[in-house]
Amino acid sequence: MKIPLSWLREFTAIPLDISVAEIEDAFVRVGFEVESIDVLGGDIQGPLVVAQVLSIEELTEHKKPIRYVGLDCGEGQTRFVICGARNFSVGDRVVAALPGAILPGDFAISARETYGRISDGMICSARELRISDDHTGIIILPADAAIGADATQLLEVNDVVVDLSILADRGYALSARGLAREVASSLGLPYTDPVHLVDSSKYEINNAGVQVSIDDKSAASVIYMRTISNFDLTAQTPLWMSRRIEKCGMRSISLAVDITNYVMLELGQPLHAFDRDKVSGSLHIRRANDDTFLTTLDGQKRQLDPDDLVVADEAGPLALAGTMGGESSEVTSSTTSIALEAARFDPISIARNSRRHKLSSEASRRLERAVDPSLAELASARAVDLFIQLGGASHIGSAKDGEPRYAPIISFDPHYVSTLLGTEISAATVAEKLLVIGCDLDQSNPDSWKVDPPSWRSDLVHPADLVEEVGRLVGYDKITPRLPIGKKGARLTQAQSRKRNLGLMLANVGFTEVMNSPFVSPEINDLLGFEGDRAKAFRIANPMSEDFPLLRTHLLPGLLIALQRNLGRGAKDPALFEIGTIFRNTTQLAVAEEVPTSSRPTDAQLAQIYQGVPQQPIHIGAVVAGNTQLDGWWGKGRAFDWSDAISMAVRLVEETGNTPRVIASNLAPWHTGRCAEILVGDVVVGHAGELHPRVVTALNLPARSCAFVVVLSAIPFHEVNRAVPVWTMPAAIQDISLIVDHDVPAADVEAALIAGAGELLESIQLFDRYDQLGDGKVSLAYSLTFRAPDRTLTAAEVSEFRTSAAASALEKCGAVVRV
Amino acid sequence: MSLSPDLISAATDAALVAIASAADLEELKQVKIEHIGDRSELAKANQSLGKMDPTARAEFGKVIGMARGKVNAAFAARELELAAERDARILEEERVDVTLPGRRTQKGGLHPLTILTNEISDLFVGLGYSVAEGPELESEWLNFDALNMPADHPARTMQDTFFVEPLTAKLVMRTHTSPVQVRTMLSEEPPIYVICPGRTYRADELDATHTPVFGQVEGLVIDRGITMADLKGTLDHFAQAMFGLDVKTRLRPSFFPFTEPSAEVDFFFQGRWMEWGGCGMVNPKVLQACGIDTTQFSGFAFGMGLERTLMVRHGISDMHDIVEGDVRFTRHYGTGQI
Repeated sequence: MKIPLSWLREFTAIPLDISVAEIEDAFVRVGFEVESIDVLGGDIQGPLVVAQVLSIEELTEHKKPIRYVGLDCGEGQTRFVICGARNFSVGDRVVAALPGAILPGDFAISARETYGRISDGMICSARELRISDDHTGIIILPADAAIGADATQLLEVNDVVVDLSILADRGYALSARGLAREVASSLGLPYTDPVHLVDSSKYEINNAGVQVSIDDKSAASVIYMRTISNFDLTAQTPLWMSRRIEKCGMRSISLAVDITNYVMLELGQPLHAFDRDKVSGSLHIRRANDDTFLTTLDGQKRQLDPDDLVVADEAGPLALAGTMGGESSEVTSSTTSIALEAARFDPISIARNSRRHKLSSEASRRLERAVDPSLAELASARAVDLFIQLGGASHIGSAKDGEPRYAPIISFDPHYVSTLLGTEISAATVAEKLLVIGCDLDQSNPDSWKVDPPSWRSDLVHPADLVEEVGRLVGYDKITPRLPIGKKGARLTQAQSRKRNLGLMLANVGFTEVMNSPFVSPEINDLLGFEGDRAKAFRIANPMSEDFPLLRTHLLPGLLIALQRNLGRGAKDPALFEIGTIFRNTTQLAVAEEVPTSSRPTDAQLAQIYQGVPQQPIHIGAVVAGNTQLDGWWGKGRAFDWSDAISMAVRLVEETGNTPRVIASNLAPWHTGRCAEILVGDVVVGHAGELHPRVVTALNLPARSCAFVVVLSAIPFHEVNRAVPVWTMPAAIQDISLIVDHDVPAADVEAALIAGAGELLESIQLFDRYDQLGDGKVSLAYSLTFRAPDRTLTAAEVSEFRTSAAASALEKCGAVVRV
Repeated sequence: MSLSPDLISAATDAALVAIASAADLEELKQVKIEHIGDRSELAKANQSLGKMDPTARAEFGKVIGMARGKVNAAFAARELELAAERDARILEEERVDVTLPGRRTQKGGLHPLTILTNEISDLFVGLGYSVAEGPELESEWLNFDALNMPADHPARTMQDTFFVEPLTAKLVMRTHTSPVQVRTMLSEEPPIYVICPGRTYRADELDATHTPVFGQVEGLVIDRGITMADLKGTLDHFAQAMFGLDVKTRLRPSFFPFTEPSAEVDFFFQGRWMEWGGCGMVNPKVLQACGIDTTQFSGFAFGMGLERTLMVRHGISDMHDIVEGDVRFTRHYGTGQI
């Protein structure tokens, strides 16, 4: 909301020498964010005077028509100036900048020769004076402007315009009335409420004018319809009014429209003027119901929703209530009779109107924030005053339906202020601040006041609302900070520590963390060959981009795109990881039922809410393209391959204190022969390996790029990790070389050896694998390390363990000891 | 062969000369064979002692012993000398350019938002808070209704919130981490001290300062006698930990449906006031919806954007850098404190 200080000064005496910083502070302190403060006219120096056009000589020998204009500037002699504008005639009063004047942009005016004549000054447009963007021509002043008078004063050139962002609960502040009250209380100044100057009683409620009724009682509490006639079609908007409207960021249009806008800006009540002659019968506030179309003032033919709130006459809807008027009843340059509507509409109905039609107007912005219910009567009367005063109109009659409804009286313990703010605030101060904002107080019970909030503060309903009012006016800077200490033994959960450790581990071995958007395209899911649960993606009803409407079911889509982006930007050997939530639409979603908020929901309601939210597991995913050991002056590096991917995934699971096992798998988007499934017990906790060549090609990735994914949420937790004894007796090492069929998994052979080797086996390592034996056989050579807690093992003992291990491998895997 | 002191003396001299003139350990080895070994003059003289009569044996034995001792000592000294020379030569031969770039694996890094989240979590855990988490795809009731944002609240429009199909299930991408606060209040008895970091979603176009997917951290305290002074003290502590001990904060009156009184918290950093986040005393309506006895307990809540905190503190001028996953951006921060 833009407001000039000159307007606010009508209601409170803001010091003339107040600085920009002080103005900003005065608003910010009480909760009004200042978007900008515009000092107008600071860059203009006179003389700038009112002049009358005496003569116009058309100069036609130039590229464009030019006028040589004789002016009476009140100097007793005619002054001649060159002017390119054509929107004026002899007798008009205009604004002349005389030699010596400086206009915005450091534009010095002097007598000079141009177009072959001497131009002894300049006639100004609004834009040249920076008082508006209007550059359609020069400013034409009203006929009663005194010739020779100082035009800077007449045009109210010097002013300060403050642009404020108004919070959702402070509709009353979208007006000069409300903002003057706020700045007065912030600066501790007296304040005059402009509505006290309005006398509505002189406008009789009768049947003479357009009648009105609120058909849908939920749509409005009160409405006034005042009818006037004999409106003077030649009457112009006075300068003081158009200048104020323009300083507030609106356009001056015509006197009738300007009066409604002016009163809205002044008091905060939107008004709507209907051309009385285009209204048939009485007006009704009702839902659109079966009516389907309305053409609004902006020329748009709008399809109405049955729930839209409209103002209708006997023939049908005339206006989208509180949002925008209709074309058919619009006030035009030939309108002499007007029906003026002022209503306290239901804010939610207006918000819905505005939202459904994507139409946020000055009126709807105010009405959806709740307007002072007393203003329907007062603001409409104020507007009639102006129609009579400025447009020579006469009041025919007024109609009314409904009654203003005010917020109830609040029982309020003034000590609650100190209790909630944490600083001692006396009852006297509490009372003072509540009076300042316009409350009526009954303090007869010192522990339970009766507080009657002012009509414009429908947001004040609960005691806490009053605490905020006192708090903001006293100033939160008056509160002394205190640091509360929470609960003993606070720490991260096991899951939180685990997540953090695993991320750190990956970062420390060369992976770079990314945080991808979870919005993905159906194309990438298809490309990666997702099936089953991973093909069941949630769809966003209103996605940012129609290209990415799905929620990710897996981390790889985002990771692969990030990998592509890095490669595209020239990254070498990128290794990326992400720890994030995935979303799968795998449960039947019930229709959510309404659950009230007036008290804690029942256990059954809570269970329904919780069950309605799908499980969202956390995954760790990683992708790698290129080397793990880099190329350099030392020679070639080593590529990160399927085995590195599997081993990283296994390491992650081991790091959680679990013992993973690996089996061959075949899951898209991995290479069908190079994909491992990692399990803890029977729970699948991840997949790892080389990406499918088709995917690698389609995404233009380096050959043999790899990926792994670990389902963090699926990895079990254990009790406190108990110590493992460290045995110090000498170790005995036995090597064993086995021949097996090539399709026997090495993991099975290793498991068989471990099973047969006995309890004293400390570790086992596959140190050689040879697959050139022919006959479909491979040789696997293992090194077994044995150790006893209490003695040096004898050769005979160790040899026996080895034999037993070999027997187990033979039995389980058909492995033969290689001689 | 007849023994004579002259002979021994000559052999000794010859041995000493040979030892001294040995140029390297290889030559010295030959010298040892020739002059100290079993076939050397001195060794043979020593062997012949046995055939002498006892008187002469004692006399000659002494002479030979001294001679051999002298030669052995000279040998040992020369051997050390030559070994040191050889070692020095080898070390010199093995000299490398240690300024060559080291052989290494790829450098990794945690996303700075992760590091910041960890930093904030640790700060509040140190104050006795728990870290609370919740789902990103959330029920409308927990994200809006319970927070005093009824069905017609402006934030609940398609312009601001991502809705998920089917709409009848009333699921949204959470617009703040406040539903985690609600879940905590519904599941735990006060006192409650939690910090809720997490990913949140709003329908804003990605530009230099906005992103539809962003991080937030919220705090919630519910206890007996909690006041706005506690909120201010906590925010001051938080701001100082984030921006340095000389940072200043201020509370500016504001409006949020879930707090009353409400305020914006600003901080004065690098010469100007900047918005940090929203805060206030938990609205009694919210406490009611969560079944907390408002006659016994009061509370405060606050919430900040992680990206904004990070951008201001580290001078990041473009949001794209934070969201695009370019390894150059993230590696810069490594894994530790930022």
